[in-house]
Amino acid sequence: MNRRLRVDPIACDAFGYCAELLPELITLDEWGYPVIDGRPVPAQLVDLAHRAVADCPRRALTLVEDSRSGPPAKVKLSTSRR
Amino acid sequence: MTMTAPTVGHTRLLAGPLAGNNADLAAHTDTHGPLDLPRRHHGAWSQSLLDELARSGLTGRGGAGFPAARKLDLLAGQRRRPRLVVNAMEGEPASAKDRLLLERAPHLVLDGAQAAALAIDATLVVCCVADDRPESADALRRAMAERAAAGLDVVPVELRLAPGRYSAGEESALVDWVGGGRGLPTFRPDKSVPLTVGRSPVLLHNAETLAHVALIARHGADWFRAVGLPDAPGTTLVTVTGAVRSPGVVEVELGTPLDVIVQRAEPLQAPLAVLLGGYGGTWMAGTALSTPYAPGPLAEVGGTVGAGVIGVLGPGGCGLAETARIVSYLAAQSAGQCGPCVFGMPAIADDLHRLAAGQSDGRLLDRLQSRLTAVDGRGACRLPDGAVRLVRSALSVFAKDVTAHARRHPCPGWNRAPVMP
Repeated sequence: MNRRLRVDPIACDAFGYCAELLPELITLDEWGYPVIDGRPVPAQLVDLAHRAVADCPRRALTLVEDSRSGPPAKVKLSTSRR
Repeated sequence: MTMTAPTVGHTRLLAGPLAGNNADLAAHTDTHGPLDLPRRHHGAWSQSLLDELARSGLTGRGGAGFPAARKLDLLAGQRRRPRLVVNAMEGEPASAKDRLLLERAPHLVLDGAQAAALAIDATLVVCCVADDRPESADALRRAMAERAAAGLDVVPVELRLAPGRYSAGEESALVDWVGGGRGLPTFRPDKSVPLTVGRSPVLLHNAETLAHVALIARHGADWFRAVGLPDAPGTTLVTVTGAVRSPGVVEVELGTPLDVIVQRAEPLQAPLAVLLGGYGGTWMAGTALSTPYAPGPLAEVGGTVGAGVIGVLGPGGCGLAETARIVSYLAAQSAGQCGPCVFGMPAIADDLHRLAAGQSDGRLLDRLQSRLTAVDGRGACRLPDGAVRLVRSALSVFAKDVTAHARRHPCPGWNRAPVMP
């Protein structure tokens, strides 16, 4: 099962924690907003991706399941990891 | 902008005497004939209208060009009865077609809205007009009163004056406003999920699209497809503006060569380039004007139909200065919600103004390119994407000018008054 990161650009306020936690997949543009690598999250980074999602103060980051048949479904995430 | 009547070509929406002026119900009925609708939602009738719409190949005339029938299908399987929103906001500054339609043929728009609303068993039709367009609102109000007196409408119709801002006409923003929100675009990762007001799903169509629906409901899909191209059938309204003697709205068959449409508006000189689609559209070189005006052929040469705008730039104009001014406008129209748009759009506009004025530093073009990449696709709505598309097309169509301006040799036209509205 593929998972991809997605950012809600309205909710995002450029805290930038996600890029610190996951520089492999998230960089910041010149204004500090995250640029997400659209490729599937590699298995070894899935835990970190969950953490980046949970740590976003604006709840702007989500990890979505990639289903080839039909629209992407939202993955239910436990946000009480910490 | 003045509104001229079509002088040549195929008139459907603008058919009838007095340059298609069918503002009153009697003239409308004389021109188009009565529209027979069932007195309540009726399954078999709905299915036949939906089939005709699908077969007609009608696409949305608001800018995105999505097939009209598929949009209706998205509502299938919804438990609650939907509402129909008529989008007559026409936030695109260079466009005047929906305004013209509302003032000349409001009953056609309202007929189409009734037919579509009945087909989806809608509870309400909400017509949205920008609050800075009182003439359009008055025309619609008069038409609604005539229809009420004649007992024409089955589904109740409401007129709402929404904020006259560029982004307020974006579909998610408009539906947000109809539902009592501030009229700002919403983040929709999955666009196949219908928009809602409260818990009611919403079908939203552009005013011109619904006017075509009114004619398809009368005459059928074969009639609709009898003009235009097989993969882009029918007619469409086009606003021709810029360096022309007779700016205005014309109705043309899709597939009409661009230069035929441009010639009708009497260009002052042979066009250097045309702006296609509107402020979020694309530039096309004046040498490509033999291209048929339809989404497919235009896409092959990097163009778009968009919101039905053709803006003519004459040989003395500066495409870079025009683009800089348009991007500044778009930057100012940002809803202010998404960081890449809030910060990126003014930065791109600033780069463009420096380039146009011949005040480039050595890194300007690289910086501009990376900013275009940084902003593209990163807003909740398509405003930044449209600006990026416009700028990229300008850098390509006006490539020679870009080189000269970047070497601090701006063309003489850079500080002339702009020709785009």
